[in-house]
Amino acid sequence: MSSIRNFGEWILRAETSGTTLAAVIAEQESRHAQRPVAAVRADMARNWQVMREAIAAGLANGGKSPSGLVGGDARRYFVRIAAGRTLAGDSAAKAIAYALAVSEVNACMGRIVAFPTAGSCGIVPGAVVAAAEARGYSEEAVIDGLLTAAGAGMIIAENASISGAEAGCQAECGAGGAMAAAALVQMDGGTPRQVGMAVALALKNSLGLVCDPVAGLVEVPCVRRNAFHAVQALVAADMALAGVESAIPVDEVVDTMRQIGLSMPASLKETSQGGLAKTPTGLAIQRRLFTEDKG
Amino acid sequence: MRGLFDIAGPIMVGPSSSHTAGAVRLGAMARIILGEPPVAAHIKLHGSFAQTYRGHGTDKALVGGLLGFAPDDERIREALSLAAGQGLKFTFSTVDLPDVHPNTAVLVLTGASGQTRQVVGASVGGGNIVITRIDGYPVRVTGQYHTLITIHDDKPGVIAVVTRKLADEGVNIAFMQVSRRERGEEALMVIEADEAIPAEAIPTIRAVAAMKAVLAVPALGGSV
Repeated sequence: MSSIRNFGEWILRAETSGTTLAAVIAEQESRHAQRPVAAVRADMARNWQVMREAIAAGLANGGKSPSGLVGGDARRYFVRIAAGRTLAGDSAAKAIAYALAVSEVNACMGRIVAFPTAGSCGIVPGAVVAAAEARGYSEEAVIDGLLTAAGAGMIIAENASISGAEAGCQAECGAGGAMAAAALVQMDGGTPRQVGMAVALALKNSLGLVCDPVAGLVEVPCVRRNAFHAVQALVAADMALAGVESAIPVDEVVDTMRQIGLSMPASLKETSQGGLAKTPTGLAIQRRLFTEDKG
Repeated sequence: MRGLFDIAGPIMVGPSSSHTAGAVRLGAMARIILGEPPVAAHIKLHGSFAQTYRGHGTDKALVGGLLGFAPDDERIREALSLAAGQGLKFTFSTVDLPDVHPNTAVLVLTGASGQTRQVVGASVGGGNIVITRIDGYPVRVTGQYHTLITIHDDKPGVIAVVTRKLADEGVNIAFMQVSRRERGEEALMVIEADEAIPAEAIPTIRAVAAMKAVLAVPALGGSV
């Protein structure tokens, strides 16, 4: 059986065999890696465990990153949740706190799962853990969700990119948000078609997002952007589960992301030569850190 | 098509797959290529590594790798202070090299036995690495395969003995490179194989009269 090349093929294969996207992608990985499906699922369960550990570590640790630019926001935000005062509502607020926690752990050299990248590592755990707590999904359902997210990421990587240096942040946090949306729809029992719609809806809202990290570090604006994209995943999944459909099919959105990435100037693709990195404050931060580097 | 866990992973210590996880692997690979725990390391950083190494913890990651840590080992954060306890002295400097990848490091290592080895490698994205030079020889070692490296006199028959032994052990060669500085002088061979190089094969290969060094480098496992 040939490898799945795009969302259309993936969805068709699940529909014609009456199974889930998670089952299709797990079977494909099993065949390629020559490992049993149970081993593939066990590896994903290990990722799930590390994601939850990272959330706990991030909420417990209010410390700053080595640069001093980020850290402590997850705790700060969680206080607001505990006080019952968030405007975003329970699930969204938790997704924000958890995404911040994981991204802060990453910035502080803690252990995370690069899913799809280290810079976007907070989005999938933030959205998935918040949703699982709200809806009580089983661990098996969560593993199915993570498999679906990974499959979505694989197709995006093959047909567009998951690298900020290649296609800007639409390819990192944008892809992470789309992958999280795919996971949420799968976990909530949505159809393969609804998964595709959620990916399309999420990705469309990130098209053109540039990668302009201050001083070249995965901190500003990356950490808070993870929180925004975790919420975006909840929104996309809710809309898709409600039957909202993207006018542009998901594979055409992915191709658009690739084309936008190609036409994006190099200064906005992880070179820190443009965007927020070149603001007066961004440059001042860069000078401060680089001067210390020489010392 | 890449594998599912190229996307869903790796599990690693942040903040950057290229500047942290890849750097751990460079250090770990250099340690394996030295063939013993290093007691001294002079590390030169080029390009983006040179500019941002403190912010990304690239220095901690390289030293962590030299100490034998995996990319998901949280001790990496304290690697610089842990090095002393493990008898490793290190220095960092920056360097401007022509025509190399922006994330390149030069590691000059000395082992407890007194031998030294120079390893040049690059972190090429997503935590993947390429070793580009060993003791001045141009190579291309990625760690994605089980690798056998030999340094030997440039004489007829050496390669035949090595490949015969691997064939006898049922090891299939995926890629192979041979280079030398001058005809009849010292040569270096890199064999990347689908199967692990069995420990039983090493003495036979080492026994070849022209052989100077034999290094079996296990595949790094999973893609970072």
